Amino acid sequence: MTDATMTVDAPETVIDVHHLTKSFGGRKVVDDVSMSVKKGRIHGFLGPNGSGKTTTIRMLCGLLTPDSGDGTCLGFDILTQSDRIRRRVGYMTQKFSLYQDLSIRENLEFVARVYGLPDPRGKAGAAIERLGLKGREKQLAGELSGGWKQRLALGACILPEPALLLLDEPTAGVDPKARRDFWNEIHALAADGLSVLVSTHYMDEAERCHEIAYIAYGKLLAEGTVDEVIAGTGLVTFTVSGPDVHHLQSELEDRPGIEMIAPFGTSLHVAGRDATALEEAIAPYRDRPGLTWEKGEPTLEDAFIDLMRRSEDNFK
Amino acid sequence: MTPAPDSMNGNGNGGSFGRFWAMTVKEFIQMTRDRITLATMVMLPIMQLFLFGFAINTTPHNLPTAVLMREDSDVGRSILAALKNTDFFEIRSVVFRAEDMDALLQSGKVLFVVEIPEGFERSLRRGDSPSLLVAADATDPVAASSALGALSGIISTALENDRQVTFAEPVKPAFQIVQHRRYNPAGSSTLNIVPGLLGTILTMTLLIFTALSVTREVERGTMENLLSMPIKPLEIMLGKIAPYVLIGLVQALVIIGVGILVFRVPILGDPLSLAAATALFVLTNLSIGYTFSTIAANQLQAMQMAMMFFLPNILLSGFMFPFAGMPNWAQWIGEALPLTHYIRIVRAVMLKGASIETLAYDTLALAGLMAVAMLIAVRRFRRTLD
Repeated sequence: MTDATMTVDAPETVIDVHHLTKSFGGRKVVDDVSMSVKKGRIHGFLGPNGSGKTTTIRMLCGLLTPDSGDGTCLGFDILTQSDRIRRRVGYMTQKFSLYQDLSIRENLEFVARVYGLPDPRGKAGAAIERLGLKGREKQLAGELSGGWKQRLALGACILPEPALLLLDEPTAGVDPKARRDFWNEIHALAADGLSVLVSTHYMDEAERCHEIAYIAYGKLLAEGTVDEVIAGTGLVTFTVSGPDVHHLQSELEDRPGIEMIAPFGTSLHVAGRDATALEEAIAPYRDRPGLTWEKGEPTLEDAFIDLMRRSEDNFK
Repeated sequence: MTPAPDSMNGNGNGGSFGRFWAMTVKEFIQMTRDRITLATMVMLPIMQLFLFGFAINTTPHNLPTAVLMREDSDVGRSILAALKNTDFFEIRSVVFRAEDMDALLQSGKVLFVVEIPEGFERSLRRGDSPSLLVAADATDPVAASSALGALSGIISTALENDRQVTFAEPVKPAFQIVQHRRYNPAGSSTLNIVPGLLGTILTMTLLIFTALSVTREVERGTMENLLSMPIKPLEIMLGKIAPYVLIGLVQALVIIGVGILVFRVPILGDPLSLAAATALFVLTNLSIGYTFSTIAANQLQAMQMAMMFFLPNILLSGFMFPFAGMPNWAQWIGEALPLTHYIRIVRAVMLKGASIETLAYDTLALAGLMAVAMLIAVRRFRRTLD
């Protein structure tokens, strides 16, 4: 876009929605979600399967009408101006949704024509070169591997030079190398002023985002930078390693003061919100031979598991 | 006819036509990728045309017939000889008892029995105008009636030629009806079937093509992507219909070409009128198919809806059965079907030499049906996944 010269730290908000709610068949899939994404930021959208991530993204780009709530996307009302939003938003669906029976070039030309870009052939050619698909442009999209499909889908998304990318689990089922390349590309785009909302299940991807939002059972539970989200859970964490931590886990479970236990290889993360209660709870085990106790910082995963567990409790 | 209120801002170059064109190009490429469907589109009309044109004939020949001779007379023998000489009837057996006649008819071995009653020759010579009995298996009324029509002609010719029979006082009928079979003097049913088939084949294939078009995108998951793009329902519809107009016209050309070359069907009227009416009919069917596609939840449902629509088109349009013979309610339904109007136009133009101006009612009816279908389709088309 022409205004891509704005700096990354510009406080302009590209997504600003309040109290979005959507039900399907009487079940609230998205419940009172408010969210804001700043320009040039990569905003991670996390949550377990079926938590309402896709529904939220669809409401943002006008594919679903919220039952209640309002807000803007790129300054346009999501309820009344979805035509303008469509023109400026690149939406990458969870499932590959380009035409499998069209070639790479034909798919890109189709997108260029629908968006009314001048010189669709030239635009498609440039995109093919940028994607590193030169020489394979006549290959049918359906014959591409998962990683290449995902690259092509992203290429088609950014072809009309949108101001905002909405990516719905773009790296699901893609190998680590392709995932890394993908994220490098996303960061390069963000550096150019593009804003990105990306949903994912992967912790390492979440940590590569400028900000994250965590949603479970349709409710937004946390939002902010990674550090803010971790701090927001108020967890105190101990890492204990030793030969038989699995056995230890069953002993520690249900002890008052311990709110979360998660095994990590040969070690165990034990966390609680109340530092004194937690220390009391683990006191009897601290001197057990063979175990090494270490006070550590909670990881993002600790935070998420805790958030999820607590939301489950709320849900029940 | 812009369906969306907030439409034209920030759409860049090309505008509405550009998006329509994008859709058309895409659909056209997808159509050519699907080799089997493409082959079907060309082969189906030819196959159907040969099947209907050669196999189906409502003026039948070699109908299995028996003669019940109640008397052995010269007249009876001349009638028998005359029947044998035509290719309408094939005399399978000559019987002498009524029970044999019944048995033959019931078992389906013969479809007709001509009964020459006792004393037929004597009554004839006296000028008593005796009755000749014909029993027909009317379970197939079409075959029965056309053969019965032919029968009286054959027998009266046979009797006139028979020099041995002298009529005492030939009874002149009070008046005579002179038949004049206009536009199709030979009464050839191929002449009627080819134009009818043109409409039927176009209806069947075109309905299905567009009936699948939207549901296919939904089932393949590409609809979600398409809906997130700045393209409007009307542009999607026209873009999806356009490539098939070409296919429809090619099919029409093939059918008319084979009709002229193989079945000697004339085009007495203005070929341009025929082309214009055909283009309109193609568009109407594509629009109706597309409407089904916006209503159906999946491709199977869309196919079923297309079939549900196709059946009355065949039965009530006057293609299979005479339109005028149907009860009023059926005629009303028939008037609402595009095939009815198109068959009238095609028969009039090809066989009667009419031009489209004299067929304004049927042309307008087609255009009206198309407009209604398009309106419903654009209104039905959901721009969201709600």
